Amino acid sequence: MKRSLLAAALVTFGGATWAETPTLTVYTYDSFVSDWGPGPAVEAAFEETCGCDLVFVGAGDGAALLARLKLEGARTKADVVLGLDTSLIANAKATEMFAPHNGIPAGLDLPIEWSDDVFLPYDWGYFAFVYDKTLLPNPPASFTALLDSDVSIIIQDPRSSTPGLGLLLWVKEVYGDDAAKAWETLSPRIITVTKGWSEAYGMFLENEADMVLSYTTSPAYHLIAEEDDTKAAAIFDEGHYMQIEVAAKVAGSKQEQLADAFFDFMMSDTFQSIIPTTNWMYPAILPSDGLPEGFIAESTPQKALLIAIDDVEAIREEALAEWLSALSQ
Amino acid sequence: MDIKLEKLLIKQTDFSLRADLTIKDGTTAIIGPSGGGKSTLLLAIAGFVAPSKGSISIGGDVVTDTPPAQRPVTLLFQENNLFPHLTVFQNTGLGVRPDLKLSKTQIDQVEDALNKVGLADMGSRHPSELSGGQRQRVALARALLRDRPILMLDEPFAALGPALRHEMLDLVARIRQEQDSTLLLVTHNPEDALRIAENTILVADGTAMTPQPTAALLNNPPPALAAYLGK
Amino acid sequence: MVIRPQSMNPVARWSGLAALLFVVLLVAGPLVALWLRASTPSILTSSDWAAVRFTLFQATLSASLSVVLAIPVARALARRSFHGRSILVTLLGAPFLLPVIVAIFGLLAIWGRSGFVSQILLSIGAERLNIYGLSGVLLAHVFFNLPLVTRLILQGWTRIPVEHFRLSAQLGMSPKDLFLRLELPMLRSILPGAFLLVFLLCVTSFAVALTLGGGPKATTVELAIYQALRFEFDLGKAAYLALIQFVICTIIAVWSLRIAVPVAFGGGLSGVVQRWDVSSKLLLWQDSAVLLAVAGFLGAPLIAVLGRGLPALSNLPASIWTAILNSLTVALFSAALSVLLALALAGFIDGLKSRRPKVSFVVEGVGLLTLAASPFVLGTGLFIIIHPIADPFALALPITALVNAAISLPLALRALLPALQHNRLAYGQLSDSLDMQGWSRFRLTTWPTIRKPLGFSTGLAAALSMGDLGVITLFAPPDVETLPLIMYRLMGAYRMDEAASVALILVALTLTLFWLFDRGGRLGHQT
Repeated sequence: MKRSLLAAALVTFGGATWAETPTLTVYTYDSFVSDWGPGPAVEAAFEETCGCDLVFVGAGDGAALLARLKLEGARTKADVVLGLDTSLIANAKATEMFAPHNGIPAGLDLPIEWSDDVFLPYDWGYFAFVYDKTLLPNPPASFTALLDSDVSIIIQDPRSSTPGLGLLLWVKEVYGDDAAKAWETLSPRIITVTKGWSEAYGMFLENEADMVLSYTTSPAYHLIAEEDDTKAAAIFDEGHYMQIEVAAKVAGSKQEQLADAFFDFMMSDTFQSIIPTTNWMYPAILPSDGLPEGFIAESTPQKALLIAIDDVEAIREEALAEWLSALSQ
Repeated sequence: MDIKLEKLLIKQTDFSLRADLTIKDGTTAIIGPSGGGKSTLLLAIAGFVAPSKGSISIGGDVVTDTPPAQRPVTLLFQENNLFPHLTVFQNTGLGVRPDLKLSKTQIDQVEDALNKVGLADMGSRHPSELSGGQRQRVALARALLRDRPILMLDEPFAALGPALRHEMLDLVARIRQEQDSTLLLVTHNPEDALRIAENTILVADGTAMTPQPTAALLNNPPPALAAYLGK
Repeated sequence: MVIRPQSMNPVARWSGLAALLFVVLLVAGPLVALWLRASTPSILTSSDWAAVRFTLFQATLSASLSVVLAIPVARALARRSFHGRSILVTLLGAPFLLPVIVAIFGLLAIWGRSGFVSQILLSIGAERLNIYGLSGVLLAHVFFNLPLVTRLILQGWTRIPVEHFRLSAQLGMSPKDLFLRLELPMLRSILPGAFLLVFLLCVTSFAVALTLGGGPKATTVELAIYQALRFEFDLGKAAYLALIQFVICTIIAVWSLRIAVPVAFGGGLSGVVQRWDVSSKLLLWQDSAVLLAVAGFLGAPLIAVLGRGLPALSNLPASIWTAILNSLTVALFSAALSVLLALALAGFIDGLKSRRPKVSFVVEGVGLLTLAASPFVLGTGLFIIIHPIADPFALALPITALVNAAISLPLALRALLPALQHNRLAYGQLSDSLDMQGWSRFRLTTWPTIRKPLGFSTGLAAALSMGDLGVITLFAPPDVETLPLIMYRLMGAYRMDEAASVALILVALTLTLFWLFDRGGRLGHQT
């Protein structure tokens, strides 16, 4: 039973009586804790074994999550932060608020090598433009083709959304010094730029544009949850920028052991098999049963792109300035 | 000019009024308890309230469906006779031309009218700078300019003191005589009726009765009027 | 005439000062907190200044357009009585109360590239509509604010005494004369206040400007603040930008308060004065066309929201019930607070009017400023202040209610102040002479005259609070979901259909809440 706002307030005031069971507080992004997100299943599964109370706190999207943590500083209630992505890691590391994990488990199924000693990936995906096969029979097969086409797209703002930032880095990685020119060419076909992923994807589903910036795994949602096979992700020859979602332990947490237990659980078969059909991303370690049917091989990029974590900050600033000036003309 | 109300029935949400009578030249007072329909009767003659049944004719012409501006009538209200953002001169000038594009002679006419009501130097003032009596004088000046055969007053001096009220009534009587118009006057004060009205209509119990000579009516009041007068 | 000022009732003075202090602290406190926490001195870039320019530009344009378009609508409503008129007047309350994201999707269903209008255009072989850009921003802002301005102007029309219309009819004024002599002076007194209100509401626009603006060209100050807070964690810059926003709004507010008479909300919307200047066929056609157009313009997106939300209604998780309960709780608390604040402040301002008119003017201006406050700055600043000294989760309810109350305060103030002033002018001396003081004075003379605007502003505050997503996100304890929060979380999890259903519930509840309070204020009143 969910507590009401008032009850929650009372409980926090009289919290001492509840101290019997230890509580592990995990800050994450909003969609993780929604009823159809991974949150409820993960919470139930972990509480079965941990003898604890697992509390997810939803804090907007990934960027808002980091901002929240910075605001709270050393006084934060978070024991674990789950849901930052590769473009935020450098920024997050600079806060020195995080503690190293106990080691990278063997058998990570990522297209790249992972070596970070603080942030541990729990799932990942490729950014991609998603389209409707019935409305767009011949999608562009590369960025070059997209630039030359008259296909309309909706993207997210890199200043307020992580996928938007992902696209910014993607274009920079593909075009380098010519990124500004690429944006200028693309500009007339950008129907609009939204605040976050949800608005963009919602508008795409209402047919406001031919394609939307999302993930290669998005069509799997429609196929599995809605039995709708009309959506597909366009695979580009230049390769696809990756989003790797990571978790980290907060330094100075009083629940260090529980946090470690949660990290072990996070890399377990149970957690990893919840991810694909709730978070609609690839699990960091393939579950023993493999990927559910519907995670189609045809939408697997041949080449994974990712800017080294420590270079992201500098490149982001330059790319953002280019983006702003190209799209403001 | 005669006003003839034939089998008139006015229905409003909470009451109805019947009238079947003729108002002759000269001055006629309308008297009766409040809420009885005195004002409604004037509004109907002026064309602001449409009757459900019957007809209204003025000077022999049926005007039941004539718009207010085309009836030979000027009606003065209890209050709000002036536009607060227009000057006294402008408010008066509306009686000549509603778009206030006045010629030289028309301007003289307006000044003349203001003179007659004793407001000669007040033309540039706004209504908020006038006393209650002065405001109604402006309205009278405008009525003068409109020069319609029928002038109707809906208790316009009710808020004034006795001396001022008498003064104003005398002014109205003078104007009526000058213009030879028919004057119709709602009042709750029998004294006023006696002062200037030859005939009086009693409006009570949803009916407007036939006009009677004022003195006779007041000296020998029917039960409804007796109750109102407290006799 | 000089009225000897009575000394102000101590309750009015102290509660007024407390309310004033609260508003000032609420607006200034977060700015100071952000500044103190800022680590680096911040510099505004050229793109920040471009955002300032665009914000001013779009807010000015949106406000002008809303005001100009509202005039014929209010005029037609004021002089025509017809079946469904009261429904249309109620409909006028709806767009303003819609959560922004819901309204955007409603508008896109009609005006979008695959919307209703585009479908018609395509079927006759024309190009599809593309509203993205300035036109989209204006479309949405007019959708939100035209009804609000219409209600304000309609109010002005009903304040014109019926005798004036009769007088005009008797004098044979043409519709044009009547407009110049009667309606224009009224409009001149009302429009500056209405313009100001819409301008302030549009300044803090964020999602509308970005989503429908078509790209970074349409960056508002509010987006720059969001970026500074969320991505760059540049608290100083956020505070700087918020300050600029305040300064701009203050200048505009002072300017328009100087030339405006107070604009009142609520009350007196149902009566139609019989008119004699409007019988011509042409005018009838003109008014009918205007009313049909506005009914379609406002109604169609609402119907789209309804239609979009129905299919998945039965599919919603059980947690929707607790979310409904939470949302209602926050809305009711915040409405109660907003009205208490507004009453205290309005009483104070009104008391100052006769003694220190200039001071009262400043206090009135301060009461408007929370409209220009950035919800992000407010939320973040409060969080910085509160987090070290208390558990933000524990204070979620009072904080959310307080902030929402402060944000709807200007609207409540606008509704209550004219009523209080009228009350003082009409009955102040009578009450003084009868030595009616304190509670009995309030109960017997003030309450009956203000209950209508009070009901209206309570409804407005409750409704606005229902759709809020600004502050609750930072303070909401885990497990506590409000309707807007649940809607966003569903959208984030691909569940667009379910999100649309939550939006439908949210809109239905919001409008019901508003309607109940608004109507409650009118009960027992002849209107």
